[in-house]
Amino acid sequence: MENNVIVSLKDIVVKYDGEQVLKNISLDIHDKEFITLLGPSGCGKTTTLRIIGGFVTPDSGEVFFDGKKINDIPPYKRQVNTVFQKYALFPHLNVYENIAFGLRLKKVPEKEINTRVLEMLELVNLSSFGRRNVDYLSGGQQQRVAIARALINHPRMLLLDEPLGALDLQLRKEMQIELKKIQQALKITFIYVTHDQEEALTMSDRVVVMNGGIINQIGTPQDIYNEPVNAFVAKFIGESNIIHGIMHADYDVEFASKRFKCLDKGFNKMELVDVVIRPEDITVCAPTDETINGTVETVTFKGVHYEIIVDSFGFKWKIHSTKSAKQGDFIGMNFTPDDIHIMKKSDSSPKFNMISGEATVNE
Amino acid sequence: MNNKKFKILAVPYIVWMLIFTIIPLALILVFAFTDRNAEGFRFTFDNIQFAARYLPVLIKSVYFATVATIICLVVAYPLAYIMSKMRLNHQRTMVMLVMLPMWMNFLLRTYAWMSILETNSGFLNRFLSIFNIGPVHIMYTQAAVILGMVYNYIPYMILPLYTIMIKIDNRLIEAAQDLGCNTYSVFRKVIIPLSFPGITSGITMTFVPAVSTFVISQLLGGPKNNLIGDLIESHFVSGGEYNPYYGSAISLLLMVVVFICIGIFNQFDNEEMEETLK
Repeated sequence: MENNVIVSLKDIVVKYDGEQVLKNISLDIHDKEFITLLGPSGCGKTTTLRIIGGFVTPDSGEVFFDGKKINDIPPYKRQVNTVFQKYALFPHLNVYENIAFGLRLKKVPEKEINTRVLEMLELVNLSSFGRRNVDYLSGGQQQRVAIARALINHPRMLLLDEPLGALDLQLRKEMQIELKKIQQALKITFIYVTHDQEEALTMSDRVVVMNGGIINQIGTPQDIYNEPVNAFVAKFIGESNIIHGIMHADYDVEFASKRFKCLDKGFNKMELVDVVIRPEDITVCAPTDETINGTVETVTFKGVHYEIIVDSFGFKWKIHSTKSAKQGDFIGMNFTPDDIHIMKKSDSSPKFNMISGEATVNE
Repeated sequence: MNNKKFKILAVPYIVWMLIFTIIPLALILVFAFTDRNAEGFRFTFDNIQFAARYLPVLIKSVYFATVATIICLVVAYPLAYIMSKMRLNHQRTMVMLVMLPMWMNFLLRTYAWMSILETNSGFLNRFLSIFNIGPVHIMYTQAAVILGMVYNYIPYMILPLYTIMIKIDNRLIEAAQDLGCNTYSVFRKVIIPLSFPGITSGITMTFVPAVSTFVISQLLGGPKNNLIGDLIESHFVSGGEYNPYYGSAISLLLMVVVFICIGIFNQFDNEEMEETLK
């Protein structure tokens, strides 16, 4: 990955009606990367995007673009274009004119406008749609027009605000791949806002997980998925079993009344921690003294896998397995030290109940 | 079946239209082309010829109405835009304020203007005299008539503009800024084209009543500023000039002129629209 920082946010605070929606956000965005701001609604991801676009001025903090401070530069002077939520196409202009909008403002010669619009129409697979009224396009087509309208200006950076939110699943998957292709072909920075973790993992070079106006974790999709920093990230990215644990020493953790080897270190002796184990990392085996054992409560067929809920002293374990299990069976659950993720306690930790196997909060 | 039921709902309106619009229109048409003498009614073009003598008054009325409409548009457009961007409860207050004068009788309001504009003892001149300015002569001038028209008809310009503008999605304005529009070009490229339906209906709703203005012109403009509306009125009220045949002919002439004006305006409007699309 390139390490040229193109946009840098420093200690950004934004308040709406006295309430802080962004609490001291700092973030470096690299040139030509596909970075996703991921989080539940109200986490501040869209506000962060709007700061970069120039539609929100931070109450404090600094925004740098290419090393220059741009806090007070209006949107129309920034080398950034946005694909808005619900597209915001101009209803009084046809597809061609919507795409040509930015170039006409710059007084680009008619001939060049024509070449570039046709180029863009081709890029987004809408070559024969130039004369169409935008109201008569499907959601997916409007989406493509919005992308073409932004990209024709050759922005250094494209901001996308939940652009696929209104599309159906099939189309969304297609567009995800297409967007990634476009980004790689044009070699520009994409900043993508979504609440859909799968979308974030599929497309991004890096993911920024946000919650309650702060950044929880920044990392590659693999990092975020495999090494979530806290219970919130673990819960938000994929499904997980989160259980209370105690670090006895480096690489030695106790949970569910049993001691396990793990790969984590650097905690205080006897520190209370959250332990995360992904449902797909657990395999069903015969119950032994070394395994966590429980009774199969429900088995649900999910297509690719079965979802098995196992009750062990009141804690409901979730297992994703390609093999089914029988309801009511007493089984053991097996996982490797690599599958155990230890996290510091945080606000989003499960409600504390008991340290041992009787801690009862799942998911 | 259902359709039929709904059609029944339109009956009262159709009856209303028939009695109070179609029949009077037909009567005007009949009166305009007939005359009455000892032998009864007869067909004639005399009335129309008579009405044609008032063409200068008609032109003056159209001119006044045009000026008043333009002033209304210039004043109302920014106001309507600012209103549409206000907070919702402020918007409601503003709409109330715009409509408030309409709750009072227009004669009363016109008399109020008279006492404001009076040359010798009017409020305006008394106020200006504090600063040793004036007296300004506004009363009984064309300016006074146009002022009266603007004052009376501006709500009909503001409201349609405002109704259209609150429907303009703020994201479109942001999208325009994002694509390189400064404040001026946001207006030129997005807000004005999208508010065109409001401009069209505002102009129509202001111009049509303005061109047939009466009383306001007499009270504020004096006898030399009588407009076509006053002329029509004088032919229908009993008294000196009572003559419904002439009155109808003038009305008919006015209607034709209004139709032509609206027609020209719409033509111009369409071209303008296509122009901004480019």
